[in-house]
Amino acid sequence: MRLEPKPAPSLAATLAYPAAAIVATFLIASLLVLAAGASPFSVFALVAKGAAGSQFAIMETLTRATPLIFTGLAVAVAFRAKLWNIGAEAQLYAGAVVTVVLGTGALPLPAPILIPLLMVAAMAAGALLLFGPAILKTRFGVDEVVTTLLLNFIVLLFVSMLLEGPLKDPMGLGWPQSPKLIAEARLPRIIQGKRLHYGFAVALVSAFIVWVIMKKSTLGYEMRAVGHNPQGARFAGIPVNATLIKTALLSGGLAALAGFSEVSGLKGNLTLDLSPGFGYTGIVVAMLAMLNPLGVVISAIFVAGIFVGADAMSRSAGVPSYIANVMTATALLTMVTAIMLSRYRVRWR
Amino acid sequence: MTPPGPSGHPPLKGEGDPRQGIVLSLCGITKHFGPLVANDAISLDISAGEVVALLGENGAGKTTLMNILFGHYVADEGTVEVFGHPLPAGDPRAALDAGVGMVHQHFTLADNLTVLENIVLGTQSPWRLRLDRAGAERRIKKLAADFGLEVDPGATVASLTVGERQRVEILKALYRDARILILDEPTAVLTPIETEALFATLRRMVADGLSVIFISHKLNEVMAISDRVMVLRAGRLSGERRTSETTRQELATLMVGQEIVPPPVEPVPRGPALLTLDRVATPSQGARSGLRDISLSLNGGEITGLAGVSGNGQAALASLISGTDAPASGTIAIADTAAAAWSQAEALAHGVARIPEDRHGTGTIADMSITENAISERYRDPRFSHHGLLDWSAARGFAEEIIAEYDVKCPSPDAPIRLLSGGNMQKLILGRALAPSPKIILASQPTRGLDVGAIAYVHSRLLQARANGAAILLISEDLDEILTLSDRVLVMFKGRLSAPSARGERSIGELGELMAGHGMEEASHAA
Amino acid sequence: MEAFDILFTATFWTAAIRIASPLIFATMGELICERAGVLNLGIEGIMVAGAFAGWFAVYSGADLWTGVAVAAATGAAFGLLHATLTVPFGLSQHVVGIGVTLLATSLTYFTYRLALPEVSSPPKIEPFQPWPIPLLSDIPVAGPALFSQTPFTYLAYVTVAAVAWVLYRTPLGLAVRAAGESPAAVEAQGISVTAIRVGAVMAGSALMAVGGAFLTLSAFNSFFFEMVNGRGWVCIALVVFGSWRPGKALLGAILFAAFDAYQIRLQQVAGSVVPYQVFLMMPYILSILALIVVARRATYPKALMIPYQKGER
Repeated sequence: MRLEPKPAPSLAATLAYPAAAIVATFLIASLLVLAAGASPFSVFALVAKGAAGSQFAIMETLTRATPLIFTGLAVAVAFRAKLWNIGAEAQLYAGAVVTVVLGTGALPLPAPILIPLLMVAAMAAGALLLFGPAILKTRFGVDEVVTTLLLNFIVLLFVSMLLEGPLKDPMGLGWPQSPKLIAEARLPRIIQGKRLHYGFAVALVSAFIVWVIMKKSTLGYEMRAVGHNPQGARFAGIPVNATLIKTALLSGGLAALAGFSEVSGLKGNLTLDLSPGFGYTGIVVAMLAMLNPLGVVISAIFVAGIFVGADAMSRSAGVPSYIANVMTATALLTMVTAIMLSRYRVRWR
Repeated sequence: MTPPGPSGHPPLKGEGDPRQGIVLSLCGITKHFGPLVANDAISLDISAGEVVALLGENGAGKTTLMNILFGHYVADEGTVEVFGHPLPAGDPRAALDAGVGMVHQHFTLADNLTVLENIVLGTQSPWRLRLDRAGAERRIKKLAADFGLEVDPGATVASLTVGERQRVEILKALYRDARILILDEPTAVLTPIETEALFATLRRMVADGLSVIFISHKLNEVMAISDRVMVLRAGRLSGERRTSETTRQELATLMVGQEIVPPPVEPVPRGPALLTLDRVATPSQGARSGLRDISLSLNGGEITGLAGVSGNGQAALASLISGTDAPASGTIAIADTAAAAWSQAEALAHGVARIPEDRHGTGTIADMSITENAISERYRDPRFSHHGLLDWSAARGFAEEIIAEYDVKCPSPDAPIRLLSGGNMQKLILGRALAPSPKIILASQPTRGLDVGAIAYVHSRLLQARANGAAILLISEDLDEILTLSDRVLVMFKGRLSAPSARGERSIGELGELMAGHGMEEASHAA
Repeated sequence: MEAFDILFTATFWTAAIRIASPLIFATMGELICERAGVLNLGIEGIMVAGAFAGWFAVYSGADLWTGVAVAAATGAAFGLLHATLTVPFGLSQHVVGIGVTLLATSLTYFTYRLALPEVSSPPKIEPFQPWPIPLLSDIPVAGPALFSQTPFTYLAYVTVAAVAWVLYRTPLGLAVRAAGESPAAVEAQGISVTAIRVGAVMAGSALMAVGGAFLTLSAFNSFFFEMVNGRGWVCIALVVFGSWRPGKALLGAILFAAFDAYQIRLQQVAGSVVPYQVFLMMPYILSILALIVVARRATYPKALMIPYQKGER
């Protein structure tokens, strides 16, 4: 069997293949639902209802999508330059830690100043965290996949240490959790009484800014060139290592915003279960969006909907909510296969 | 006088019945790649004990045909018979088992393995619990002695010279009892002396009853080694001749389809030195030689041709001038000013236009659009970007200018550049490099793999730049190209330069001697 | 010098070898994949799947060795998925590897919840018991450390020897090494690169899953979430550290495990002064440091991570 490149595919084909990937994902998930002794139709109906069946459900889905937009953008930016940042999870926590350190009273500033300051500080922390692996990659040739993966474990242990030590809430009844942020450090809710907060708006604006960077800026051009062909980029005079470093800073900063937004917008403090794998799910979000920053918003909402819907469904239908994780992982694999099939023709001889 | 087009099994004049002792027979081979017809109903027969040359220019379909025979590709139509038995399609193993061996143009050797390991790879059952090294070594040594292919079976391939690697490739085929050996452009990497040794080996093999298919676009070598010549043009068999009954001119006409008219080279006054290297050295990289105290100046209105066997430092010199590598010692001066730092960006800023050796890997970014590739060397110019934001309409306009001016055939400036043919890709690179009217041009293998029309186009553009006063360094493995275009010729051997010779001063034979390192001791440091 | 004396106790080295055993299996598995030219980032998830599959087979009534075989088969199945997408389809080995890890992990958790919906604490099985080898186990320090282990650990020793033998002494190993260096050379000699690579990834993934099963069938006696805890990623670092050679990788795994065993004991000695998390971080930090040390002079298999298409050169 061999692959032959197709000429540039039509728009319809470009959309048909990803759609087929989603259908395939649901078919595969149906098998698991059947294995669990339930009916796929009723289960997926419950998932859909749980994700978008009511105002409450929609709010939950958008709230859950917020950190995924940030981590999805972080991964999309990095993967575009073929910088394999698998460490969004750690960068998320780095942003959260800085938010807590500065936002629990250390800086007595009014909200309009404090919140942007916290965002910048969180981004700096996440950027710094990915700066290390990026330097190791460009200077020493150390593979960033392994370093960013291992940093996830190191950072989580570090956070655990902080939460049992200097950042421990004296009022926390011994639980490993940080004190609450001061009111000025909290992102307001978009609608009073609902969980959806302005972190979602920040995420949308970030997606737009990243889209502009990727499409219109010289940096985005450099990142794409380096990602497609580093040797060719270097020959054309594009500073490959500098581009990779800039990519790392941007990517790490975006992932850290997820941590900031979860702490400041939703939870109000830092605990060890702040992120149920948002960093890893960001990889799925980015790939489903085919690394397009605006597509990340849509795919993040889609993925969040599956998780929120599956939670609701598992309570009533008895199918384990891990079906959501299986579906997103399957979607990742079917999507990359679909993208390949849209670009190449498989010849069996 | 020559009937072009596909021929079935044309009977040849003289020497009795040609069908006697036929070992290999290709019949009606047709292969398409998308819209391109690489092979169009090609048929040919090979007899035992003969050397058949497959002659044709780049892109004529020679390699595709042999890849089909060897099972790398599957033909759309047609059959292959070896010793009277049909060969299953798309199976290199079947070809090997039937006695077909192939020496690829780019060697297929694993550098981390030894000579012996490369040779025995795939010859013993994979389920054996132990590789039989002793038996293999005895056999390799005997074959090496029989055919004059000396090489140490225990040596790691990474440590071998190009000539030695080729011997390993031939041994691989002989070890498997190949009766038909295909050699794809085997002399491209050899010195004239190594070529002679190869020919001696081939003659021994033929005397032993083997058949050889010799793929080449070099007329001299085809005339020297072959018994029979099959000429391919644009995927079709355009003629078949006994070597003893034909001439170079006839073969050249069959190959190209028309008389080759060399481009007129008008005299141009020699300008001032625009780029000067003073005792520049760079380190070697693996088997690739570095530069050893090279001094060279390139003058306006002059094409300096650089000849040499691949791996002797030409690539290092190209990397240096293009800014990919900085000198380890010595200086680079642009006009009269020494360049402080040296990088690709510096080279571009100093007006060095670069036409790289590897169009696909280095010269372009395959998955980006024609527009994006057109601006890749100048995207920071105020013409294309302001405050870090790109002006895509200006970029597209620039790409359209190149497409129009350089006659690049493409669906649209937004199409990915990988969809372009080699010739059109090279035209785009030429346009990108020559658009700012550069004073210094580095052209590295600028016509490699192109067809005759595209070659003539590239040559005419280079000559035009020369007429406009540019200083051009032409690096090529094609001696004819060097001799046609260059105002003066230098030869590189093991990282050093020969003394320059003016147009017509040295013959091809004399250059060949220099390429093999003879007479290089008189090499001057001030070329 | 209490902290130093630990190094000379037999119990310390016994623990080190036990900790090393799953790493040895998984490192050998990754090494085989990478020697054939395929980076397998599915390792972490495949270890999770192997840990569960082996344990679940035994929990359902199979004997221990059948459990090991079930784990291996599970690993090979995920290997087939990884290889199909990365070898003939040529998809990004990074993305597919992460995808396989996410899929194997989530499928395992899903199956666990489905099979055991009501359990609050993980059910236990009867794991492999130590099986001292007569005479050898009587050697001071080294005896108990190396030869008073469970048979599953002895299988790890055998695996290293077998992998080294196959890679360097057999025609099959020759083809694997060549496929990771120059696939064109393999194809030109009539061997299918696809077959070699798919086979290597399946065999390697089976070993990874067996490494995971060691955790549930020998080191512990039950399956719980997060039990693999980054061991797969550590193994990828160990392959680099071992310069893609089985012997050196084995040495790396034992060194790493000794360090891990040491930090556990150091925690007990110095735990009151230094937070325990610092000790737990050490293995990961050590892995990164090891990569930095070897990265410069590492000679990667040249075709690692580069998809190959027939007829390409």
